[in-house]
Amino acid sequence: MTSDPWFLIIACTIATYVTRFAGHTILSRFGSVHFRVEAALEAVPVAVMTALVAPSLVSRGPAEAAALVVAALVALKLQMTATVAAGLLAVVAFRAILY
Amino acid sequence: MDEASHTVKDELRDGFGDTVPVLVAIIPFGALFGALAAESGMSVAATVAMSAGIYAGASQYLMLDLIGQSAPAWSIILAVFVLNFRHVLYSAALGRHMDAFRPTGRYFAFFFLADPLYALSEKRRRVRWLRPAYYMTSALALYCIWIAATFLGALFGGLIENPATYGLDFILPLFFVSLTMAFRKSSNFLPTVLTSGVASLAAWATLGGTWPIMIGGAVGLVVAAVLAKPENRQDKGEAS
Repeated sequence: MTSDPWFLIIACTIATYVTRFAGHTILSRFGSVHFRVEAALEAVPVAVMTALVAPSLVSRGPAEAAALVVAALVALKLQMTATVAAGLLAVVAFRAILY
Repeated sequence: MDEASHTVKDELRDGFGDTVPVLVAIIPFGALFGALAAESGMSVAATVAMSAGIYAGASQYLMLDLIGQSAPAWSIILAVFVLNFRHVLYSAALGRHMDAFRPTGRYFAFFFLADPLYALSEKRRRVRWLRPAYYMTSALALYCIWIAATFLGALFGGLIENPATYGLDFILPLFFVSLTMAFRKSSNFLPTVLTSGVASLAAWATLGGTWPIMIGGAVGLVVAAVLAKPENRQDKGEAS
């Protein structure tokens, strides 16, 4: 290790905390926002989470991609625990079949 | 249930109840982080401090990876800042629905605003309202479990021989799919998912690094803004 881990931990803690409050600090200076900004803010969970997960559709392999599709379909009907469990079963099963 | 009959106790119960499935999903992820950190030579105290301070799973994995490569400190801090930049959007979006919080309380609350808490809180405020009792119950449950899982992983992680056997290495993408699908009844869900997904994949294939999150997220937001109609501004897009 070239740098002191404690220095890194403190610096990254501060950097992360700044990202967690800065959006509110900036936006709360504006009284009301344009309806398009409003729509973009409403879309934050969907847009950001999709962008987070999309690379794992192709970066891992066909078994993992298929398991993500299974999880998305199960999520149409069932809650989170069942969705994650079904996805885990699917990834183990597809890996056994495909690899 | 109307506003008056909904007590703090109900908020606590709902907050905990909604969070339990997420706790189950993050335990293996936290334990795996603890195990990998210990394996890479990080002390148990430093490992737990990473989870308690940074409290962002993906960034913590990235830090371990970069420390392992002996990357310079400034590049590690920059990489963590860029990877976490999506949180700016979280507090911008959620902060407007936190009227029930005191101003200083909000800044305390934002410390805990990781991906799962953001998803739970957004869903909550769309189906009902967001109150401090609900938010902090969920926040502290997630935070304590994350730290406990890291600690146990750092101590006993060597016992998990091969996480791939149980598919545990893949739990996080599954978890994010489930979080995303919880918003499937939001307005313009499909165009947002498709465009941010395609943009994220394109950025992954060409630029790599943390670009897929930045570019994919930005494209999805722009599409949502372009598709918005003035008369839809009150449409909250009920989460199911």
